[in-house]
Amino acid sequence: MTNTPRISGISGPTITAELMRGCFMHEVVRVGWEKLLGEIIRIDGDLAVIQVYEETLGLKIGDPVERTGELLSVELGPGLLGGIFDGIQRPLPSLYERWGDYISKGAIVPRLDKIRKWRFTPVAKAGDRVEGGTVLGTVEETPAITHRIMVPPCVSGTIAAINSGEFTIAEPVAELDDGTRITMRQRWNIREPRPTAERLGFNVPMLTGQRILDTLFPVAEGGSAIIPGGFGTGKTVLEQTIAKFAAASVIIYIGCGERGNEMSDVLHQFPLLSDPYTGRPLMERTILIANTSNMPVAAREASIYTGMAMAEYYRDMGLRVALMADSTSRWAEALREISSRLEEMPGEEGYPTYLASRLAAFYERAGRFRCLGRKEEVGAITVIGAISPPGGDFSEPVTQASMRTASTFWALDYDLAYQRHFPAINWRTSYSLVAPNLSRWFAENAATDWGAMVEEANAILQREEELADIAKVVGIDAMGEKERVEMELARLIREGYLRQSSTHPTDAFCSQVRQTKLLAMFLDYARTVSSAVHKGCPLETVLRAPMVEALLRAREMPEDGLDAELQSLREEVRAYFGKGWA
Amino acid sequence: MKDLLVRAYRTIESVRGPLVLVRGIREASLGEMVTLELENGQKRAGQVIELHGTYATIQVFGSTEKISPASTVVHFREEEASINLSPLILGRAFSGGGEPMDGGGPIAPVVKRGISGAAINPIRRDVPRDFIQTGISSIDGMNTLVRGQKLPIFSGAGLPANEIASHIISHAKVLREDDAFAIVFAGMGITSVEAEFFNKTFEMSGAIGHSVVFMNLADDPVVERLLTPRFALTVAEYLAFDLGMHVLAVLSDMTHYCNALREVSSSREEIPGRRGYPGYMYTDFASLYERAGRIKGLKGSVTQMPILTMPDDDITHPIADLTGYITEGQIVLDRALHRKGIFPPINVLPSLSRLMGLGIGEGKTREDHRQWSDQLYMCYARGMEQRRVAAIIGEESLGDTERSYLRFSDEFEKTFINQRNETRPMEETLRAGWELLSSMPEQELIRISREMISKYLPRGKEGK
Ligand SMILES: Nc1ncnc2c1ncn2[C@@H]1O[C@H](COP(=O)(O)OP(=O)(O)O)[C@@H](O)[C@H]1O
Ligand SMILES: [Mg+2]
Repeated sequence: MTNTPRISGISGPTITAELMRGCFMHEVVRVGWEKLLGEIIRIDGDLAVIQVYEETLGLKIGDPVERTGELLSVELGPGLLGGIFDGIQRPLPSLYERWGDYISKGAIVPRLDKIRKWRFTPVAKAGDRVEGGTVLGTVEETPAITHRIMVPPCVSGTIAAINSGEFTIAEPVAELDDGTRITMRQRWNIREPRPTAERLGFNVPMLTGQRILDTLFPVAEGGSAIIPGGFGTGKTVLEQTIAKFAAASVIIYIGCGERGNEMSDVLHQFPLLSDPYTGRPLMERTILIANTSNMPVAAREASIYTGMAMAEYYRDMGLRVALMADSTSRWAEALREISSRLEEMPGEEGYPTYLASRLAAFYERAGRFRCLGRKEEVGAITVIGAISPPGGDFSEPVTQASMRTASTFWALDYDLAYQRHFPAINWRTSYSLVAPNLSRWFAENAATDWGAMVEEANAILQREEELADIAKVVGIDAMGEKERVEMELARLIREGYLRQSSTHPTDAFCSQVRQTKLLAMFLDYARTVSSAVHKGCPLETVLRAPMVEALLRAREMPEDGLDAELQSLREEVRAYFGKGWA
Repeated sequence: MKDLLVRAYRTIESVRGPLVLVRGIREASLGEMVTLELENGQKRAGQVIELHGTYATIQVFGSTEKISPASTVVHFREEEASINLSPLILGRAFSGGGEPMDGGGPIAPVVKRGISGAAINPIRRDVPRDFIQTGISSIDGMNTLVRGQKLPIFSGAGLPANEIASHIISHAKVLREDDAFAIVFAGMGITSVEAEFFNKTFEMSGAIGHSVVFMNLADDPVVERLLTPRFALTVAEYLAFDLGMHVLAVLSDMTHYCNALREVSSSREEIPGRRGYPGYMYTDFASLYERAGRIKGLKGSVTQMPILTMPDDDITHPIADLTGYITEGQIVLDRALHRKGIFPPINVLPSLSRLMGLGIGEGKTREDHRQWSDQLYMCYARGMEQRRVAAIIGEESLGDTERSYLRFSDEFEKTFINQRNETRPMEETLRAGWELLSSMPEQELIRISREMISKYLPRGKEGK
């Protein structure tokens, strides 16, 4: 007893253990009689500081600490999809079976189902030379996703034997000539990026079905976007909406230190929702990680890496993955809390000085890549991170550090949210640095003049901003008729195009084709009106135009018959303004 | 049975603020409760908050007056902070430290529970969806409260948050009233006048028989406030999930709670976060606010209404800010409305109920509710904007449409928000809103469908 490692200090989620000689950084340990999961985060002689992923109340000085010799890792294999896990990949249903309605502490539960058998269909054969990333066979993990069983990175050789049939994830499906047995399960250290063959540039958007995003501030497939916004501005709704509609094959949604009711809402909704692309239940290609605000802080810190390692694994299969993290600020706060327990020298606002580099390293794991071992295939991870700046003030460290690494910036705005203009994305301050890389894709897939259309819409919005400033000084009545018409046109674009309801059955998702049609409609209208005004059409005629209401409601029109509706609307417009001004 | 002598120490090394450092500890656990026995026989409660080697740091819930290294004995009680629970707890009153205060003697426990609370497994949470009618239009109509929600009131010094809470305690009802309900109140650092006000509310409304009160008054020990809401929420969970009741937990005032948090933190010489509050305040808040909701398969619910005072009316102050990031919305009080004599002075623009969508609509309130409130929001926000513009350029310079928005917002405050002590049923609230909308040019009502307009817009004014 005297020589075995034991607890010598306890402070919140961090503990100190003595007699730890031989341990290594980031080694996983089991703490106390209940064997709480912990990870070594500092070593001092034979003392080790451990962050504990479960509640530490009740721990005692002298309680045992057990080393495991392993790093904190995820278990990867069939059975992840449709799953819901805590920040350290414990399935929440297993925790419920173990403890009931509340999460207690000290359960070692299997992270993937070890009993379930999967039908493995080999695609490689005995005698094949294989290396990390080579596909050995496939498993129909869900009706939506074919799971490819790959040789783990850093393993290579020649297949001596390969099986076909039903296996659990722990049973070998292939054996190499050096005796290495390969199962359908891989372990991977969550903090280490999985290797790829090559990083590629951005040239395809990841469409979200949200007009303001896809049209004005697109995110690239493999890129990263951040959503900073004060409370109530719509981060969570936007993250969830994108999760439902993003053009990605696999969705990983991480509820990192946020509300329990929101996770239950996701859990309630997602199984009922069908994929807009395939019509299948969304959960068949979704993984949820729920580490709510009142679950342990250290597990919150780990949660985004757990999600990222899973994302990389599906990317390695050549799939397009979208990873949503709500909220990265809660992750940063967990980092801050642990750092302050370590009495590290604080940087800005008490965050550790390595905050920026940790964030950058996380966002760097997004990207489009050639797959390891299969250079002809491409996989991608697009990261969408919400940020919760204190007081909605973007000058704070987490927003600033994230802005330096993410290429797309969707700024949420209190004023818009107060007016219930959703999504409350500020079109003046938001930006997408990758838009130029994607212009070719839009020209080929949306409209040949898409770039010009977007510019035209932007110009109208920009003009409104200038005019609004003037109106504030001289009053709207003192503005020229031409200017008031310009403001009216901007209003239509704002209300009829940028606004989008996340709950309306047709409006919630707007395909690229539909976006092109709607935008063309507004721009057509703007041109007709401008030229009519140029020819002397009075302001009143524009403001009283009877088809304005139909224009504003076009976004809610069902897809069936949309073309006919738009056509007749266009004719009405022409007829109305045709009286001598068109 | 361990030798009790071993568990008592007269080895206090230092006393600093509310913290006592004890040396030579052989066995103590994090969170363990202790009793400090003074030379004169007086007792104070404390809790282990940090352990290092043979040293234990103890936070003392009472005052540290007369605690002395030479004579004070520290008894380790081998238990965490806990409370005795039984159905007979209804109608009882306790101190902020959980001692009976009504002369009714201790509770004979059916169960005894630790007060720190555990996280509900997210997969076991049931989605809140029952509309609670408070009788206040700006809440029922614009920021609807549902069972299992946590909806705080953001107040300012001198604003009538307590009166609003009291109105809700007295009038809140669920439309199909068939279930037992209860009120749990945690007073933290409130004045005896405020305490008296709440006690009266409980008596007058007849709520007293189904309420449980915990009172830490302004002159009670500050650090004790860290326990008060935890006692209250433990009781709330017991009533809700063991006894199947619908519980409304009112926590007032969270700002005073935070001061206790800050006091302990600064005594520990922790690196302060924003405005001197500890960096872990978000996590600490979460451990309270997340103790609301419903659980699958169980009948009851815990609805929370914390009240906090925003220092300087500043909604970006960390107390309000971090609360808003955890709660499911907020009801924000406004000094300008209060000055105009409007009651309740609720500013609906920064207010929000995130669960509103789950509690309203056809079969719950009415089919037009969502669109109707979106439209009122839009009109009021535009009206407020015009008010700012008019302040610069004068009302005469506004266009006709702009002027109608301006008039709308004035009327909205005077007749919709303002309701004095009237209690408005939902239909009355909807009617008042439609009445206001009928004063607007109809083409401005773009957030409401044609169908709803022709169905609900008051007749005679349509098509004006
Ligand atoms: N696109 C949207 N459509 C309709 N309502 C929205 C939309 N986005 C946000 N909201 C409203 O705003 C509220 C707050 O949004 P939420 O995403 O929870 O904010 P945050 O996560 O930034 O605190 C929601 O409850 C909802 O009422
Ligand atoms: Mg959110």
